[in-house]
Amino acid sequence: MSFFKRLKESIASKTEAVTSKFREGLAKTREAFVGKVAELFSRRKKIDEEFFEELEEILIGADVGVNTVMGLIDELRDEVKKRKIELPSELQPIMSEKLVAMLQGSSQEIGINENPNGITVILFVGVNGVGKTTTIGKLAWKYKQQGKKVLLAAGDTFRAGAIEQLEVWGGRVGVDVIKQESGSDPAAVMFDAVQAAKRQNVDVLICDTAGRLQNKSNLMEELAKIHRVIQREIPGAPHETLLVLDATTGQNALQQAKMFGEKSGVTGLVLTKLDGTAKGGIVIAIRNELSLPVKFVGLGEKMDDLQHFDADQFVHALFADLAGKDESEDTEAE
Amino acid sequence: MAFEGLSTRLQNVFGKLKGRGKVTEDDVNEAMREVRLAMLEADVNFKVVKDFIAKVKEKATGLEVVKSFTPAMVIIDIVNKELTELMGGTQEKLAKASKPPTVILMAGLQGAGKTTLTGKLAKLLQSQNHKPLLVAGDIYRPAAIKQLQVLGGQIDVPVFTLGDQVSPVEIAKQGVQLAKEQGNDYVLIDTAGRLQIDAELMQEIKDIHSAVNPDEVLLVVDAMTGQEAVNVAQSFHEQLALTGVVLTKLDGDTRGGAALSVKAVTGCPIKFASTGEKIDQLEAFHPDRMASRILGMGDMLSLIEKAQTNMDAEKAAEMERKMRTADFTFDDFLEQMEQVRKMGPLDQLLDMMPGMNKLKGNPNFKIDEKQIARTEAIAKSMTKVEKKKPDIINYSRRKRIAAGSGTTLADVNRLLKQFEDMKKMMKQFSGMMGPKGPKGGMKAMKNMFGGGKNMKFPF
Repeated sequence: MSFFKRLKESIASKTEAVTSKFREGLAKTREAFVGKVAELFSRRKKIDEEFFEELEEILIGADVGVNTVMGLIDELRDEVKKRKIELPSELQPIMSEKLVAMLQGSSQEIGINENPNGITVILFVGVNGVGKTTTIGKLAWKYKQQGKKVLLAAGDTFRAGAIEQLEVWGGRVGVDVIKQESGSDPAAVMFDAVQAAKRQNVDVLICDTAGRLQNKSNLMEELAKIHRVIQREIPGAPHETLLVLDATTGQNALQQAKMFGEKSGVTGLVLTKLDGTAKGGIVIAIRNELSLPVKFVGLGEKMDDLQHFDADQFVHALFADLAGKDESEDTEAE
Repeated sequence: MAFEGLSTRLQNVFGKLKGRGKVTEDDVNEAMREVRLAMLEADVNFKVVKDFIAKVKEKATGLEVVKSFTPAMVIIDIVNKELTELMGGTQEKLAKASKPPTVILMAGLQGAGKTTLTGKLAKLLQSQNHKPLLVAGDIYRPAAIKQLQVLGGQIDVPVFTLGDQVSPVEIAKQGVQLAKEQGNDYVLIDTAGRLQIDAELMQEIKDIHSAVNPDEVLLVVDAMTGQEAVNVAQSFHEQLALTGVVLTKLDGDTRGGAALSVKAVTGCPIKFASTGEKIDQLEAFHPDRMASRILGMGDMLSLIEKAQTNMDAEKAAEMERKMRTADFTFDDFLEQMEQVRKMGPLDQLLDMMPGMNKLKGNPNFKIDEKQIARTEAIAKSMTKVEKKKPDIINYSRRKRIAAGSGTTLADVNRLLKQFEDMKKMMKQFSGMMGPKGPKGGMKAMKNMFGGGKNMKFPF
């Protein structure tokens, strides 16, 4: 059975709605990235330097990342030599498989680490303008739908209007927001929020923080302090520290993941604004170069457009068209 | 590592050729590959890189490189010049309407920093004695209007809003009308972030455009944007006829290749760069500096400018003489620390130096401002004579200094030792500085910071 058939079966068990969300959300990436790759493989009749160069450009153009691309191209060159491949069509399944392997990684997808006996604390961090507050709104909605009791902490006390923005989301979703005045110490807000969460017996406490660039050491220290305060009040918390990355970001995304990972103990990533733009490629780079799992992806502007990242779904949404081809070739061979 | 500067990489390429004495076309090709990689790593769009490389290669294959003793330098020079030119050569000012008010429309993706920039630009205009009016045209993002109102309040600039139930087109129209009546000479219209492929929202901003006929349409671009920058810029430009670009979040550690991509596809000048979270941190854009940054060569020019504005020229000349003659005392040391401090936080200064980024990644290298203060305290606890002649500082004097500065004997010993080392280094440094002029000096700096593994700051 071909790889893609197995994949198809694996996602067949999941709901239709989720599958179509991924397919729709990644439509642009599919067109720009997978479509171009397929076109290249069918157009070129020979594997030569130009072929590799063009392939390299398509991959880099999708923000897959220079390191990852160069590594992949080198591997493909080796395969070509080893297996004496001459036709691009023979190379195509090899490449698809390599990309898929990168995306799926070695580790199984892990859901959100929830506290079985008590409050689950989720801390959001990231640079400015990546969509932390919006993601929190969407996540709160998700938990609310599951019948959980949710509380939000307005830890962005710096940016003008940030507290109000979270309050609007709180109103929409119907959950309380713990806040202090703009300009106050975010660690103090967290302390208040944790106390309130304990008092109100909530299931999930979601903490917002101000956006900060990863090279500002004092702001990164502030984050460490927030982390410490939460940890002190609820041992084992925060159960998840999620770094929000904007999918339109280039190579700096890797730098962000590295620095935030070191300073604030990031446990997972959220990739926002993945819809509409052709930039799903960064997922490949992240999975190839970092050991952090992608936990959620933002696939649209609506309240329910935040999805658990599912490597199988992601791969299927991207490569299903290529897979169709593979399968027909498989049948021929049989 | 990925973020190695282009100059180091090219030197590696040409370093291999040492002894052969001649550079072939193949070598130039290899150098071009390095240039290409450096640009791709900096997120310059691959199409833009391709065109650029073709252009540079044409120039580089000329005789000059082949004959030169320092081919790496010649190539860097060509690349740098071409890049600067592509970035726009000179600075461009904000447009001004012949009949006020001048209307400025902001456009860009979500999270690029439009609202913050609107506030910053108002502050800048205000400091030039203009009377700006802010128009809150983002009715979609929760609390976006509130954000603009808070920013306006901070700088005492009026904000016009009709709430979030009125169409942005109407808000913009009425805003401009109000500015005319009130005598505001600039109107800054904030808009909601939108994807360039969102037909509905793109139509909305086009409608705003035709309703108020802006003198300036600024595309706000996050400096960290990747390959997508080209599509964003192209699409916004086609639909809105942009007149300029503003780069935000440039105070991060991104190399900012998006700047080049955007410039290349739109041809619009980059007018401002946003370099911090505070409302006055908006600067004119310097194409030459951005060129060095994309290539990973640091921002020496900004550093030099900072030094020039903050350092006393006479004192600097005197200091230089002292360094040269190694006639350097603790008095001078304190003086120098004072001067350097005037230029701003040390880690910011280091960011601007070539090769420093690498050093900053090193966990053993950490700049501790407190440590600097401690060092200062030790130096200040010396008597006048001791400062002039550190040689006389014996054990009992050391003990007194330690007690006086609230440090330990070990701290004092360390400083004295480092001071001696520094004096030695200065001697070497000034030797290189001498007849070869600033170029030799730069090289020496590189050796100091990049090469010397044992080099330590005296604090």
